[in-house]
Amino acid sequence: MKPTDPAVTWLEDKPLGLAERLYLPLFIQGLSTTAKHMVSAKVTVNFPETRPTVGNPLIYRGVHRLNRDDQGRVKCVACFLCATACPAHCIDIVATESPWPDREKYPESFAIDELRCIFCGMCEEACPVDAIELTSLLDLTGKSREEMIFDKEKLLSVYDMTKDAEPMKSASLGGTL
Amino acid sequence: MPTVIVDGKDIQIGADERLNCIEAARRAGAEIPHYCWHPGLSVVASCRMCLIETGSRDAATGKVSMMPKLVPACQTPAKDGTVIVTASDLVKDSRARVEEALLIDHPIDCPICDKAGECLLQDYHFEHGQSERRADIHPFTSRRRDVGPTVTLFVDRCIMCTRCVRFAREVAGTSELMVINRGATEEIDVFPGFPLENKLAGNVVDLCPVGALGDKDFLYQQRVWFLKREANVCGGCAAGCSIHTEHNQDTIYRLKPRENPHVNQWWICDEGRYGWHHVHDPSRVLEAGRRLDAHSRAATAADASGFNAVEWADVVTRLRSDLKTASPAAGRLAVAVSPMLTVEEAWMLCAIAKSIDPQAYLAVGFVPRSEADETFPGGFTIRAEKCPNRLGVEAVIALFDHPGHTWTDLLEHVQAGHADAAWITAGYPTAPPHSPWIDTATAAAFEGLKCLVVQDLFDSPLFALATWRLPAAGFAERAGTWVNIAMRAQSFKQAIRPPAGVWPEGRLYWNMLGRLGLYDPTAVRRQIAESSASLAALAGDMPATGVDLRIHQLVSADSIHTKATPSHS
Repeated sequence: MKPTDPAVTWLEDKPLGLAERLYLPLFIQGLSTTAKHMVSAKVTVNFPETRPTVGNPLIYRGVHRLNRDDQGRVKCVACFLCATACPAHCIDIVATESPWPDREKYPESFAIDELRCIFCGMCEEACPVDAIELTSLLDLTGKSREEMIFDKEKLLSVYDMTKDAEPMKSASLGGTL
Repeated sequence: MPTVIVDGKDIQIGADERLNCIEAARRAGAEIPHYCWHPGLSVVASCRMCLIETGSRDAATGKVSMMPKLVPACQTPAKDGTVIVTASDLVKDSRARVEEALLIDHPIDCPICDKAGECLLQDYHFEHGQSERRADIHPFTSRRRDVGPTVTLFVDRCIMCTRCVRFAREVAGTSELMVINRGATEEIDVFPGFPLENKLAGNVVDLCPVGALGDKDFLYQQRVWFLKREANVCGGCAAGCSIHTEHNQDTIYRLKPRENPHVNQWWICDEGRYGWHHVHDPSRVLEAGRRLDAHSRAATAADASGFNAVEWADVVTRLRSDLKTASPAAGRLAVAVSPMLTVEEAWMLCAIAKSIDPQAYLAVGFVPRSEADETFPGGFTIRAEKCPNRLGVEAVIALFDHPGHTWTDLLEHVQAGHADAAWITAGYPTAPPHSPWIDTATAAAFEGLKCLVVQDLFDSPLFALATWRLPAAGFAERAGTWVNIAMRAQSFKQAIRPPAGVWPEGRLYWNMLGRLGLYDPTAVRRQIAESSASLAALAGDMPATGVDLRIHQLVSADSIHTKATPSHS
């Protein structure tokens, strides 16, 4: 598109008024914002000595977990929809026939590269059985790259660790049991 | 010429063509959805998805009279003056109703269904179905039934198009599959004790428009949307069926037939369909190596089989000098050109051999065979000759040498002591537990040679005698042209990269010929076509369905003759 195109509308800055030209009112306005923050409550915490509080764990996007069904089995049906949706390609699944009569398919291995993950929550969004969820665990640390590739057991253990504080979405909330 | 009117457009069809309305509409660019109709099977018109409005136009007056009811397009022949309406409100409404009826008790388990992504029920539902489900039943799981050693049936996903039943009856001729029960409780099944076990059984999985029939070999291995497909040619037998190699991250996951009216129509046999596993076999030869010799023994340690690993760049130079040193006199080099090689690779190998020894003895490599060709009632034939390119290699050898030398001739030639050096190319898919293609007694013919180069996929008794061990490429790792048993040449590209450390034959030969850049099979193919009347048809761009060398031979022989005449007179 050229600058002379009739579809382009050119806008000019408004000319400065008296207050702007005086400079003092704006100076006071800016300084008062600074002063307000000097006296208001602090939002920073001394991590890790002090733990930050997570507002709503339901929408927080922290470490992943793999949910268990009511019989304690992995809930995942290995449909690969999370791996398909993942923009960082950090999910690797190997599917196989499930050993249980009521299920057709389950993940033989399920690994998430937490270092590659961008914590966008698309996997949680894509999951048709609410098997993968992002918890409110936020301090994700490790001593090696290998340690940061979470396998199925580790992801299930995250569920065991967090299930009491953050229960799975119930059916009434649109979750699947 | 008969004229068919599709959605108001006049379409000319051939006078002797027997098209139905689906095919005629396709010519006009209108796709009529269908489940039960398949061009390779008989018509049953049972799915009702292709219902359209038809009528006829009076040739004299031009008056159009329409049929009062909708008719199935698959069963309605397109004749002169046939009027087809594919997108009226009535037709669209009918399609939405059919989709609704099919989905009433179809399990909505698309996330765990292997067909999801290439399922006609999904596609047509998005295109023609309605957005809301009125039925209050929500089936999620499907019963599963074993119908054969390679095929499994998800009973409730079936939409009863009966394509599989008709395939088993008409093309395979074995009739294992049948419909049991009536009406809404209809199901596909086999008789107890008579499983779906014919050699074409895998095709029913391709035919199934939904996820009812699953291939046990592919089941749950990969979602179809991750797969990339490359048009390829099956190397399992001399028929040279057109296939798609479906792969992801250099791993083949499945082979699918590719429609080719001149070769395999819509089918491939199970032998070819599951005949790719050797490509990923862990026992493949993965490293070029040279037999421990006096000066290298001190330098590096050899592996268990007595070979020192050699860098490919060194292979390119040392191989030539080794062969030259071993066969200083003319005619002392024997080369077996494997029928697994492409025409391009065979041509380059012959050119290398002739540049080392202008009188090198060239022979077609070992040609594996089974007892006899096997033809099915539908016309599909599995060839007894279990290699893809014997005729192509023969044609190439004829350009360089006295044609007609076979593997047996070569064995006799070597045994009679007429050779000092030999280069044996193989590449047969004999992964363990199959026995190697050559036994120890036959291999003994090559004992005492000064230099023996063996290029193969898997270990064989020949490697025990070899001076050079070179890895070969699997079928999907090659690029080039194969000539099938009906003299049809089909070109294909490389589908996957070979394992680390393996150079496909084409790349090695290209470098040994001192040509620059990456191996370009098209350039070699054009060069072959220029230098040969019998392969002149390879000159142009190769159509996906290949070219018949016999037809082109007649044409080119003619044109060469007429061109040559004036200069002689």
